[in-house]
Amino acid sequence: MRKFIDKIKPSFEKGGKFGYLHSTFDAFESFLYVPDTVTRRGAHIRDCVDLKRIMIIMVLALVPAMLFGIWNTGYQHSLAFGLTDWGFWNMVGYGLVKVIPLYLVSYIVGLAIEFVSAQIRGHEVNEGYLVSGMLIPLIVPADVPLWMLALAVAFAVIIGKEVFGGTGMNMWNPALLARAFLFFSYPSKMSGDTIWTAGVTRYLAEGKAYASGNGLVDSFSGATPLAHPSMDGLQAAGTSLWDMIAGIIPGCVGETSVIAILIGAVILIWTGVASWKIMLSSVVGGLAIGYLGFATGVTDLPGYYQLVMGGFLFGTVFMATDPVTAAQTETGKWIYGFLVGALAVTVRLFNPGYPEGMMLAILLMNTFAPLIDHYVVNGSISRRAKKFKTA
Amino acid sequence: MSNNIDLKKGLDIPISGAAAQKTAKVTVPGTVAVKPTDFRGLKPRLLVREGDKVLAGSPVLADKESPDILFTSPVSGTVTEIVRGEKRKLLEVRIKADATQEYLEFAVGQVANLDADQVKSLLMKAGLWPALVQRPYGIIANPAVKPKAIFVSAFSTAPLAADMEYVLRDEFDDIQTAVNALSKLTDGGIHISLNADNASGTPFHKLENATFHTFSGKHPAGNVGVQIHHISPIMKGDTVWTISPVMLAAIGKFLNTGKYDMSRLIAVTGPKAIGPAYVKGLPGMSMRDLKEFYDNSGSDIRFISGDVLTGTNVGEDGFLGFFDNQVTLIKEGNEHELLGWAKPFRTKQFSTSHTYFSWLTPKKKYEMDTNLHGGPRAFVMSDVYSKVLPMHIYPVYLIKACLAEDIDKMEQFGIYEVLEEDLALCEYVCPSKIEIQSILSDGISLMMKEMA
Repeated sequence: MRKFIDKIKPSFEKGGKFGYLHSTFDAFESFLYVPDTVTRRGAHIRDCVDLKRIMIIMVLALVPAMLFGIWNTGYQHSLAFGLTDWGFWNMVGYGLVKVIPLYLVSYIVGLAIEFVSAQIRGHEVNEGYLVSGMLIPLIVPADVPLWMLALAVAFAVIIGKEVFGGTGMNMWNPALLARAFLFFSYPSKMSGDTIWTAGVTRYLAEGKAYASGNGLVDSFSGATPLAHPSMDGLQAAGTSLWDMIAGIIPGCVGETSVIAILIGAVILIWTGVASWKIMLSSVVGGLAIGYLGFATGVTDLPGYYQLVMGGFLFGTVFMATDPVTAAQTETGKWIYGFLVGALAVTVRLFNPGYPEGMMLAILLMNTFAPLIDHYVVNGSISRRAKKFKTA
Repeated sequence: MSNNIDLKKGLDIPISGAAAQKTAKVTVPGTVAVKPTDFRGLKPRLLVREGDKVLAGSPVLADKESPDILFTSPVSGTVTEIVRGEKRKLLEVRIKADATQEYLEFAVGQVANLDADQVKSLLMKAGLWPALVQRPYGIIANPAVKPKAIFVSAFSTAPLAADMEYVLRDEFDDIQTAVNALSKLTDGGIHISLNADNASGTPFHKLENATFHTFSGKHPAGNVGVQIHHISPIMKGDTVWTISPVMLAAIGKFLNTGKYDMSRLIAVTGPKAIGPAYVKGLPGMSMRDLKEFYDNSGSDIRFISGDVLTGTNVGEDGFLGFFDNQVTLIKEGNEHELLGWAKPFRTKQFSTSHTYFSWLTPKKKYEMDTNLHGGPRAFVMSDVYSKVLPMHIYPVYLIKACLAEDIDKMEQFGIYEVLEEDLALCEYVCPSKIEIQSILSDGISLMMKEMA
């Protein structure tokens, strides 16, 4: 294998037959092998961690949510269509049929754009999209049309990332940008009660579902808990707190299960890949506003319900913590996280038109993160300057 | 001694090959080199030609900008070669040593009776003035200014660094002489920072005429820049000088004997060093004089004058730097590793990151090599750098200001307080493999140009 790569390598070098594909070749080579480059200047030894390792840990942390999402897609489908004879593997099988195409589209479109833009710039291909590509299918409804998804991915990668210079330079979390694009461009496909359960859209349009024969069961509502965020509403839908924690509710593919997300959170915090400060302060912010709303009668749900409904926790753990678009200073992280949580719940409580406030809250705070950092850094510098002027 | 400054941030890199505390060899000088590249920003004027005879202490180079500052030969012998690089930049003056060493005799007189100007002119004549490093920027001290204070770090925390107390154990009288003489050059006094582990037991503590501070913590707690940051930060317009204990000993020896005798104990270290130990040698000595310590038959050893974080790659034909008392031998890591980044375990590699499992074996030492372990990327992780930098500085902001060549921002983010060595660990841990030291170096060069 190594010999083969060394043999074909020269034709991909500058001036070689396929010189224009240099970045692409390099991406595959460095994916397979840690490169043989040695330090030239500065420190002669380097830590063996690199961005590939960090990104793969992030992907790993998303796996529990993805696996659960695959099962839940099938489970919700079987509920909606009254498929009482479906066992575990039926549900997983149906989930795979629904989710794998989302992944294929996400990765093929996203990576293609990454490769092309790396090629144009002559850079190495950045591994950032491995994570974005993993995230995007988890935060869209399973029924989203694939062409829409492709468009959203293209928008997010080109406008959200590459125009700024690629991973590390982007302002907004690319995965959320893809979701925002879908949400605002195709609101009918991204909100309402019928989109969250796989197969329902097709049933309504064509009168048939994947498993033919059954129609929708009479009691099907399909709405996520966020659509009726009150005690009565939840009770009418038969959704218990435990359902929401376990995640056996309709929703985006990967966002429903609190347990699966927490497994991911533990991995991220332990490895230090994502900031626990942002996660904690976001939860605190969400609880604070949640309880404020509860106390003032805006909602009859205690604050902790806000954490387990919708995409709050998923956003807190996997998206608000994106090291590029979050605040970079340690103090800034506390402020940023708190505001993400607080804003997300505020949007939920006061704007029924946008039941999912998390996406908007994070994108908004991404925008303001540099400002927060600016004040934190300046504050620290001027405090220090004052201290030594008087001393 | 009560005010110990405990630095929580930092990292001791667990690299194998520490030098055993014994002097394995006294090298006989063969060919030595005087290297103007050891000094930042020096524009050298050559004072010798090929074939000239020199004594130990004879001038070889002078500073074009202040011609009184001389650089002298550490041996007596014949100038054999003048090595130039691109644009005829002077790189090395190679001198072949004679069999018997003769020293130029300097008339020093009684140290106690010397005034500041006499101390300065003696040190400049003898080639020892360049031992004083001026901050900001880490350049040769300007004899025309009076520094705020002079700082000395009595211990080194750098990877595999020589044990100061061991290498200087017979030279504390000389160090005292040097401290006495240098204290005449500043009103702020000589500040010596001790390792808190052995603050009261160390011979440094018995020195007179100095102010003591103690520090504890991992590398870079022993870096003089970090210590100054906590003792008395360098603000805009300040000038301080720093000097290493090894150089203090050389200055003291010169003032006591009138000879330019630079011989010092040098730690030969690193995973590729066979029987790592100390040798007696000179600055400018050839790496080939250490041939007992390595087997370079595979041509895969990197010869570093200094430590693995900040040293210079000099190659097997290279020479020890003026300031260095350590040689590190490590393997060139020019090998591919199949799916290295994706393996759950890489037991032969060390990482500070918990994404690997080397935290399970905190005592283990690693045979590190020069592999970069990844490709260069943009800044992504924001919190890894401050964990190894015990200073109130935002390293990412400073480096970005250097990249943007924004003088105001560089000033604001603390460029006056740092040298490359202080941010070397940030470079080591950087998962984006950004060359932080060389970016900072360019930033400092720019500052010197713009502020001159």
